[in-house]
Amino acid sequence: MTTQSLVATSLARVPGVVIALVSLCAVFGATNPGFATPANIANILTQSTILLLLALPMTLIIMTEGLDLSIGAVLTFASIILAITALVTESPTLAFLAALVVGLCFGLGNGVLIAVFDIPPFITTLGTLGIAQGLSLVVTDGQSVVGIPRSIEAIYSGTAAGIPLPVIIAALAYTFTYALLYHTRFGTYVFALGGNREALKVAGISVRGMLIRVYMFGGVMAGFAALLMTARLNSAHPTAGIGMEFDAIAAIAVGGTSFERGNGWLLGTLFGVITVGVLRNGLNLLAVPSSAQVACIGALVIIALFIDGLRGEP
Amino acid sequence: MSTATDKFVSPRLALSGDVMQMLYRVLAVVLLGVALTTLSDVFLTANNILNVLRQTALLFLMASGLTLVILTAGLDLSIGANVGLSACLAASVIKLTGSPLLGVATGIGCGAAVGFGNGVLVTALRIPSFIATYGMMWMLTGVTYYYMAGETIHGFPPGFRQLGSGYLFGVPTPVYVMVVFLLIGALFAQRTIWGQQIYAIGANPVAARLSGVPVERRLVLVYTVSGAMAGLASLIILARINSAQGDIGEELTLPAIAAVLVGGTSLFGGSGTVAGTLIGALLLTVVLNGMNLLQINSSWQPLATGIIILLAVWIDTRTRRIGEW
Repeated sequence: MTTQSLVATSLARVPGVVIALVSLCAVFGATNPGFATPANIANILTQSTILLLLALPMTLIIMTEGLDLSIGAVLTFASIILAITALVTESPTLAFLAALVVGLCFGLGNGVLIAVFDIPPFITTLGTLGIAQGLSLVVTDGQSVVGIPRSIEAIYSGTAAGIPLPVIIAALAYTFTYALLYHTRFGTYVFALGGNREALKVAGISVRGMLIRVYMFGGVMAGFAALLMTARLNSAHPTAGIGMEFDAIAAIAVGGTSFERGNGWLLGTLFGVITVGVLRNGLNLLAVPSSAQVACIGALVIIALFIDGLRGEP
Repeated sequence: MSTATDKFVSPRLALSGDVMQMLYRVLAVVLLGVALTTLSDVFLTANNILNVLRQTALLFLMASGLTLVILTAGLDLSIGANVGLSACLAASVIKLTGSPLLGVATGIGCGAAVGFGNGVLVTALRIPSFIATYGMMWMLTGVTYYYMAGETIHGFPPGFRQLGSGYLFGVPTPVYVMVVFLLIGALFAQRTIWGQQIYAIGANPVAARLSGVPVERRLVLVYTVSGAMAGLASLIILARINSAQGDIGEELTLPAIAAVLVGGTSLFGGSGTVAGTLIGALLLTVVLNGMNLLQINSSWQPLATGIIILLAVWIDTRTRRIGEW
């Protein structure tokens, strides 16, 4: 791709997601005086961090023409294991490590089932979604896990140099993923996995190994997200993260990553996450029930995919 | 090495070739039944068998429409949520008008309309089916919860309730509905041109298009049928439990997908039968019923279903790979 066409595609995309974001902000700003306040904007950014941690690896996964429907359920299960470990050992570090291990195991499992056993990603992760959701219910018997150490809560509510800690974590995660995707050989292979898998094979790269690593990245990031979610709720609940994968997919679709052609755009995902965050926050302020919010996000996805489909026309 | 064309085997041939596969599955059901009879005193009682049949009927109705979708190499993740919305709308209509007939029309109509929407998303907008129906699932869930606002609608006319909880000659009504749709489904898939075209689309959409199959129209048809069957299933649930809540269909999608895949329909399209789905539904119902009888916490059910789905697809992938060599 030449620099010129790169600029052209970027310009063609920026307006899509930015127009959505700006028009949503304008509508909510006009209808609700509480929307455009510094406190509320900080609130939106902080609340978007958990979604960003899921949407970043999901972007890479979708770029490989894959999908991870299990990420919300894995987040939930990791959060439960984190809370239980924290209760038992009273060590936040061990608890965090346990959540990472849970995420890593599910990511590895997804990757192996997809890459080695050749099971299509959506059905693999639908199966592991059932498994993670089932385990969450079995371990907790449907109850919340409460009474975890205060030090964990501080991770969500704390600030460093006036910036909320979750925002710093999310910024680090974005920078890391950006560097990984655009400045390492791994990232180049991720692009090739979606666009030109045969070329990778010819070049002697292990496609299986690459796929497994991409899904493991997703699992680990779900572990990080579990830390933020547990800290935010100050508890763990067996249904807390259910449907988060849908918000992540929505953010990515709105951000202009294609589901079929393996074209990913990480900055678009960031904008998409903020757009979903603004939509949720604005609807909350308008006292729209969360059930109707889901329908709005669904509509947003269909509009975005429709536009994506139009762009794909030759 | 295989080429794309030899994936397509005439459905009639596939049926005779799959007889052994079908027998293995029947054998699995029998063995499972024997095991459960020894493990539990309750399993082999008339009441429990009728209960298993009733559950199988419900699962089969959802899974039979889904079978057609999966035969085209698509997927419908919205059927559970579709059951929820259809049941709640049908319940409201029955309450408002007092007419079960209008309620039945509403349930099936709503289901079919949602399915038609899926078909349009998949064909006109060219969204991959698992993404389109997944988005649809969340939208339907949202709309249903919003509409119900946490309320429950209950108490329906006895005539309507017969549909789910009635008996005819000692056999539950849903079982008759199941048999009727098994015959319609099997005849449609194996003996009509449209049915053959559905197999052809799943085996190789490009070849199907080149040989004059109206691919888009047939795809819209299968998603609409899948939705309509979800609507019908929602009525049977409604008539059975005599109340409608927003979450009524929530845990039905995974078992329905599992029933289709366990029944031998390939996730990659082009091979499978509606009769196989019946065996799949029976097998899955016996497993879940057995877990209940053995007093295993119901929290284990999604986990078991997830594992069954993965196993079924893994076996499918393996058989296909061996076939290709």
